[in-house]
Order: sequence, then C-alpha cells, then structure tokens
Amino acid sequence: MTRQSTLKRAAFYLVLVLFALVYLGPFAIQIATSVKTDADAAGNPLGLVPDPATFDAYRRMFGLTDDSPVPFMRWFGNSTFVAVTVTLGRVFFDSLAGYALSRLQFSGRRYVFLAVLAVMSVPGVVLLIPKFLVLNYFGMYDSYSAMVLPLIIDATGVFIMKQFFDSVPVSIEEAARIDGASVFRTFWSVVLPMARPALVTLTILSFQGSWNEFTHMLVATEDPAYQTLTTGMASLFTGGLGSGTQYPLKLAVALVATIPVAIVFFAFQRYFVRGANEGGVKG
Amino acid sequence: MSRSTGIRGNEKVAGWLFVGPMIVVLGLFLVLPIFMALWVSLLDWAPARGDPFSGGGEYVGTDNYRSLVAVDALTRTDFMKSMRNTFYYVLFVVPLQTVLALFLAVVLNQKRLRGKGFFRSAFYFPSVTSSVAISMVFLFLFLNNGGINKVLSWVGIDGPSWFSDANGVFHLLLGVVGVDQAPGALGANGVLGLSFWEWLAGPSVALCAIIVLVVWTTAGTFMLMFLAALQDIPVEVDEAALIDGATTWRKFRYVTLPQLKPVLFLVLTLGLISTWQIFDQVYVMSEGNPDKTTLTPAFLSYRESFVSQNWGTGAAIAFVLFAVILLLTLIQRWVMRDKDEPRRRRRAEVPA
Repeated sequence: MTRQSTLKRAAFYLVLVLFALVYLGPFAIQIATSVKTDADAAGNPLGLVPDPATFDAYRRMFGLTDDSPVPFMRWFGNSTFVAVTVTLGRVFFDSLAGYALSRLQFSGRRYVFLAVLAVMSVPGVVLLIPKFLVLNYFGMYDSYSAMVLPLIIDATGVFIMKQFFDSVPVSIEEAARIDGASVFRTFWSVVLPMARPALVTLTILSFQGSWNEFTHMLVATEDPAYQTLTTGMASLFTGGLGSGTQYPLKLAVALVATIPVAIVFFAFQRYFVRGANEGGVKG
Repeated sequence: MSRSTGIRGNEKVAGWLFVGPMIVVLGLFLVLPIFMALWVSLLDWAPARGDPFSGGGEYVGTDNYRSLVAVDALTRTDFMKSMRNTFYYVLFVVPLQTVLALFLAVVLNQKRLRGKGFFRSAFYFPSVTSSVAISMVFLFLFLNNGGINKVLSWVGIDGPSWFSDANGVFHLLLGVVGVDQAPGALGANGVLGLSFWEWLAGPSVALCAIIVLVVWTTAGTFMLMFLAALQDIPVEVDEAALIDGATTWRKFRYVTLPQLKPVLFLVLTLGLISTWQIFDQVYVMSEGNPDKTTLTPAFLSYRESFVSQNWGTGAAIAFVLFAVILLLTLIQRWVMRDKDEPRRRRRAEVPA
C-alpha cells in the first residue's frame, strides 16, 4: 500500500516536471536566444548556452548602436501611457458605475444593468471594423485619444465591481449617509477604502489587458508614432520593418515587452489565486 | 422623514451621474459603432469614398452578405475556407485545452505534493503574456530547422516545414493508406464553392502549429477554474468513495467528474466563444497562408476592409461571425439549462 502510493507520487512528480519543461522551455529558449548571434540562433535553436554570448540585440533595441532598427523606447513609452491611463480610468469609472448599479436607487437601474450584461457578451473581435468606423467618423483615428478613450471603461470591470458591492453589507455606508455625507463623499471616503480587494483585482486585470491590447491599437492607429509594443512587435515580426530573420533581436523585444506583466503577475499571483479559490476554502 | 426622502432624491441624480461616463463611453464606442457597421455592411464603401453616413459609397442592399454565401466567386471561396479552417481549429482546440486543463488541475490537486505553487504559476504564466510576443517565440520554435523539428528528429521524425505546409492532416492520414488523390466523387462535387475533398481536408499542418500554441497558452486559465472547483468538492465525498473501495480512475469518473459538470460547461462555453474569434496569432504568424489554410473569419474581415478596401464585405463577415458566436452561446446555454435545472432544484430542497 505505501509502496504503491510512493510510486504514484513519483509518477505525479514526473508528470509535473515534464509539463513544467514544456511550459518553461520556450521562455528559457527565448532568453538564451536573445543573447546569441544570428548564426548561433539559427544553427542551434534549442541550445541554452549562447556561443558566443552577445548583448548586441539589446544594444540595438535600446538605440545604443548606429543601426537601431526598432524605435523600442517609443513603443514602450506608448504602451506605458496607454496602460497607466486605462488602468486609472477603469479603476475609478468602473467602481463608480458598479457602485451605482449595486446600491443607488434610481429608476432605470435594472435596464442599465441588463445593457451592461448585453454589452459584455459582444465578442471583441467583431468590433474591429465598427471601432475604426466610429473613430474615423469622429476624426479621432490616429491619435492618443483613439487609443485610450474607448478602453477607459469596460463592462466586465463594472460587472466585477457591482458583484463585489453586492457582497458587502450596507450598514457602514448608511451610517455615513445618516451623518449627512453626500453620495459621492460616502463613495469616495467610506466605500472605496473598503473595496480594496476588488480594486486590486481590477487594477491587475486592467493593466494586463491594456498592456497586451493588440486589436484595438491595430484599428485605432496607423502612424508608427503611435505604435505600442504590441502593434510595433507585430510590424517587426510580420516583416513590416523589413528586418529579415534577426531572431535574437525579435525575441529580445518580445522578452522585454513581457517583463512588466511578468512582474505584476509574480507580485500579485498569490492574491490572484487566493481570490479564485476563496469559494473553495469557505466550505 | 424629510431627510430620508432627501437622501433618496439625491440618489436618483447621483445614480445617473455615476453611470453617466459608462453610458457615454460604451454607447459611443461600442453600441453606436455596431449600428454604423451594420449600415456599412449594406454599402460598397471605402474611406476614400467619403463619409458613409452622408452619401459616401453606394447602397447595395444585401449584396455583401450574398457574396459570402450565394455568389460563386473568390469572396465566397475565401469565406468558406475561413469557416472550414476555424471549424477544424475549434474542433481540435476546445477538447484539447479542456482535457489538458482538467488533467493539470487534477494532478495539482493531489494531496501531499510539494511545489504546487511553482507548477501552478508555470502553467498559468503563458495566459497572462501578450499574444503577439508569445506568437514570436513559437514562430521561432516552429522554424524549418527550429526547436520543434529538432526534438522530433530525436525520435526519428522528419518534421514538416510548418508554416509553408498547406496539406490538411486528414489528407495526410489518407495518404498513409494510399489515398493521395481526391476520390472521383469527392473531388468533382462540392458545396458552397469548395469540393467535398477540400471540406474534409482537416486542419493544415500550418494551422496545427497555431493549435499547439493556443492549447499551450490558454490551458492555464481553465486549469485555475478546474482547480477552484476541485477544491470545492467536500472531502467527505472523496473519503466515502475511498471507503467503498473505488479505484482512482473510477473515483474520478463517477465521483469527481459529475461534480465538475457546471465548471466543465463554463470552460467549454468560454472555449467555444474565444476560439471562434482567433485573430492575433494568425496576424502575426501566418497572415492566412499557406494557401489560405490559416485564414479565419476575423482575419478575413480585417483583410477585406483594411487591405482590400472592401469595407462592406468586411463588415458583413464580422456580422456573420457575430451570429455564429451568438448561436453557439445560445445553444450552449440551452444545453446547460437542461442539465443544470434539476440539479439546482435538488440542491434547493436540501435545508441550508
């Protein structure tokens, strides 16, 4: 019995390690290739030890050489601007709307909430052409406002916040209201501080989503000056920048573009997973 | 008394003020554009022809939709190819990612395993990374003399040139048993612009590379959902099954799996909805090539509009895709409700 269970555990570990290789391998290869020469990358695609090691790709991508092929810092700056603005906007406006839909008594609330649910079920990819049409119509195409404004509030975030406020008892804010605080004052200084767990989730989701946003940026802009990391990388990878192979450079760009989300992921993942599992622990 | 009505009165105004920004943004950039695109799908239009809402372009009625299904020309052939490709793509990705996610979750849910957190993060991490960045990594791995083919060569397999191989895998399998030409009737006859032989090609080798990438990336998210549901199963149920002497497999099949039914349906629904939308990976890795075997409706809709400047056709494709996804969601909901209702009723009968 015990020998059998030891064997079983060994089998489970074997499976886990095998899959960990499959899952981490590509990233390890990516890191190793980013410090290889072009010839070494092509000739030895699986090798984890570069021969010779070179930081050429990084030097070129950060513009430290004469032939910098990619405006990496511009892409990074645009992505940062988009991610920060969209995250701030969503955290504020989503919780404002979510709070109203959960707590405030106003006629038509039910219909507004049903509309939010309907909007949530619209598949994002069918909005490619509609989004271009409206941005073009308003004369916003190819501008920072076209990149940011349509994303600044999202139905999913509103839904998350409403669900959260539904689960919080009203007594504390009612006390504040009876003390004469206005609706907004109560929301700002009593409700929001209590909503920290939901706000952290919303912040992470918004940052990750807007940092990785590709299709919206693709249909909102065309001028290379507005390229973010996603659209910039896409033009680099599909040959728009006429760059031939250059795998170390491409993989280095992809790697650095992944780092901010990776940092957020590893800093908050315990929080994330705990949130996902909360339901299970309570039983 | 007067104070309390005052508070309620405040709430009316505050309520609309609070949801105001949301209504403006979602209304202007989500609802309005859908109606704009609906109008454009009835036009022969491109941005160069002026404002489509004040006379730019030419009204063609339902011609754009008819060209997708009823007119025997390149547009229909391309559209049908994109539907066929995506059908096979969904057919492979949804079951594979669901099974992989469930498998990883069950393994991670074993008691007395060390390093669970590490493995869970490793499996989940690809889901949070950028689809464009990860596509580049896989493009490199799937090169003709790249990592995947190198691994295949270790076990004596001569790997294909992935992104230039348009052969369908069903055709290749038939080739193994000697059928490498369309049998007369299948090649000569067809429906909607493609011969039966072409309809039955299966995913091309190039599409298989994209299938591998997507299964690998998304399984982690669904694994987390299964893991949460597994931890929801009361320990007593497990123990009762063990006392009854159930084997591991029988316990999984008859005790664990039925309890996972709701989350299984959720994972399948989300999988169906997201797979039909595939765009990013096609844009970065293959652009519909080789021989249009990685063309998908979403990518075709983009290409027709932004590249070919047939915005009416592009918009029409988007709405057909919208209809397909909506239909699938409704079917899934209907199936789910049927299976779920008696359960819920039973649960409600148990006193809390």
